[in-house]
Amino acid sequence: MSAVIEEHHDDHHDHKPTGIGRWLFSTNHKDIGTMYLWFSFIMFFVGGTLALVIRAELFEPGLQFVEPELFNQMTTLHGLIMVFGVIMPSFVGLANWMVPMMIGAPDMALPRMNNWSFWLLPGAFGLLIASLIMSLMGMGSAPNFGWTFYAPLSTTYGPASTDFFIFSVHMMGISSIMGAINIIATIINMRAPGMTYMKMPIFVWTWFITAYLLIAVMPVLAGVVTMMLTDRNFGTSFFSAAGGGDPVLFQHVFWFFGHPEVYIMILPSFGIISQIVPTFSRKKIFGYSSMVYATSSIAFLSFIVWAHHMFTTGMPVATELFFMYATMLIAVPTGVKVFNWVSTMWRGSLTFETPMLFAIAFIFLFTIGGFTGLMLSIVPADFQYQDTYFVVAHFHYVLVTGALYGIFAAVYFWLPKWTGNMYDEKLGKIHFWVSTISVNVLFFPMHFLGLAGMPRRIPDYSLQFAEFNAIASVGAFVFGFSQLILLYNIIKTIRGKSTVKATAQVWEGAEGLEWTLPSPAPFHSFTTPPTFK
Amino acid sequence: MENADNTNTGNKKVIRNLLFVVVCMFGFGFALVPLYDAFCYVTGLNGKTGDQFVSDAPVQVDTSREIRVEFLANTNDGMPWEFRPLTYSVKVHPGEATRVEYVAINKADRDIVGQAIPSVAPGLAASHFQKTECFCFTEQVLKAGEEKTMPVVFMIDPSIDEDIHEVTLSYTFFIKPGSEDAKVHTVETAVKAISSVALSTPPTQH
Repeated sequence: MSAVIEEHHDDHHDHKPTGIGRWLFSTNHKDIGTMYLWFSFIMFFVGGTLALVIRAELFEPGLQFVEPELFNQMTTLHGLIMVFGVIMPSFVGLANWMVPMMIGAPDMALPRMNNWSFWLLPGAFGLLIASLIMSLMGMGSAPNFGWTFYAPLSTTYGPASTDFFIFSVHMMGISSIMGAINIIATIINMRAPGMTYMKMPIFVWTWFITAYLLIAVMPVLAGVVTMMLTDRNFGTSFFSAAGGGDPVLFQHVFWFFGHPEVYIMILPSFGIISQIVPTFSRKKIFGYSSMVYATSSIAFLSFIVWAHHMFTTGMPVATELFFMYATMLIAVPTGVKVFNWVSTMWRGSLTFETPMLFAIAFIFLFTIGGFTGLMLSIVPADFQYQDTYFVVAHFHYVLVTGALYGIFAAVYFWLPKWTGNMYDEKLGKIHFWVSTISVNVLFFPMHFLGLAGMPRRIPDYSLQFAEFNAIASVGAFVFGFSQLILLYNIIKTIRGKSTVKATAQVWEGAEGLEWTLPSPAPFHSFTTPPTFK
Repeated sequence: MENADNTNTGNKKVIRNLLFVVVCMFGFGFALVPLYDAFCYVTGLNGKTGDQFVSDAPVQVDTSREIRVEFLANTNDGMPWEFRPLTYSVKVHPGEATRVEYVAINKADRDIVGQAIPSVAPGLAASHFQKTECFCFTEQVLKAGEEKTMPVVFMIDPSIDEDIHEVTLSYTFFIKPGSEDAKVHTVETAVKAISSVALSTPPTQH
């Protein structure tokens, strides 16, 4: 075993391996980061297609295109793919690319494990998507219980493909845990001399905290799907009242994972915004240490608020009040972050390149999502909003215009560093404006639909909801197709024929170790640690 | 080179510690199961009632208060039993032992093992609702077509909150998991039950 490891240890050539082997056996953080990003981009179009099926069906009342059974599979797989196949892997991809370069490390701490964590993902999503393909071929339903897979929908009443889903979630979980261990090991052990914890870039900090969240809650998710597996196949009764279990227990265990999960999906975006806003404001970030402490507080609070997802399951008033106040408390550190971003821009020499536009849109639109979250945290109000389109509007504002906009901003921000070519700024701006207008056309009316009482996850609706649904569907198609602009722009930049070459620093106000490397970043970087002042 | 070795040991330590956390958190997921039960027991969440009540000392009957107890009966989906209380509600004084009866009829042409799960609403009353005798303490076997009258003897603890004037006791009968291929039969019997109801129900006046 050790002989094998040592044999490859000296394998430090400067040339890139070629052919498919470069990708299959890659231990290079940049190549693995690229694979993560392409994988999540492909999944983004798959999940987006499912979303468009949903919006096409909801364009007008009545049943048009899909049967309710298929509609349920669409909502389920859309959620699962976007959460586990798009947002999470693209963050890991960004961490792979940027964390070693930002802390002055030659690579990730555990490159082989890095390879394994990526290559588990195509297997996991192959299984999940296979269940949908089988469903379309008439071989039984794909998972149809919503991305939250509540028992008993997923246990007693789950289709046969639920076992595919369970195995798929296990693989994603192992992948995320390994990715997180790798990132923590890299950050702890491989920082350049002089880079103390409180000098790390904020993106590194947010990923450091996110990785701990992953380590803490992905095993709980693995536990809950394991309980489902044994309930379904081995005669246990964790979630079956008949055998002395309790379906509500499922929700507690799931949301104990699920709430930290939503911060796993936003903290790295906070980090990205904290890199971009100072760059284009040509100022240092306002309140660096308060940013770090705010992120840590959010991470801590995320563990003690899970039951706000289940106010209507029935719980003692004291418990409801506890979870309500704890949830509202999260608005404080989040407010600190928003304040710091705005203060960073205050009296800065602002320019509005595409990454900055996405970052500003993030701050504005994520805050709207945060406010609706605050509304949902109020127990009596939640009783009305529960399971309506208001909730759908809320989490799409924080996930699409929050997490996803962070990722868009990051791609535009670092693409010149990755490829050595500037992207097409005009196309980038078109992408931004078309996306930002259409995403609001898509999700803003959902607030009104939810307040008026339209339930989520239902393929049909009462006539009074028709106009807002039609508007939302138009927004959805424009938003969906405008992402092809991003795809085209990225391909154009990679090919680099008609674009400007990027300098090492790329952006005038950019600071940090990653901008000291030439663009494109060489295959192996920082083989000797840089000095960090 | 020495630096690389240090990093290597450092990495091993990080991996070891983090894997330990992973294993602990996986265990914690399962530990939530008994924790949740304990939590429910303390708070009466979900109306879970305790096991058979054995009184050490005679309980003082509080004749100054009267609480109305209502009885509900359900079968889980597709279970082919008819199940109902013989009395739908009684008024009791806290501390007073009361006996009521439920009746269950197995409508299927096979023997079925059932398990009744009690639930008390409001949840805060659950831990004060004491049963000295109940058909829910054991599983019930009903032969095909058999009818059975089953007693419940209960007492409401006088320490129950002053504000509670009404308590509902609900039983749901489940086919005992594992006693037969519960899932297959549930679906089959559901279909049968629906079709038999559809066929046997005389047309009603509208």
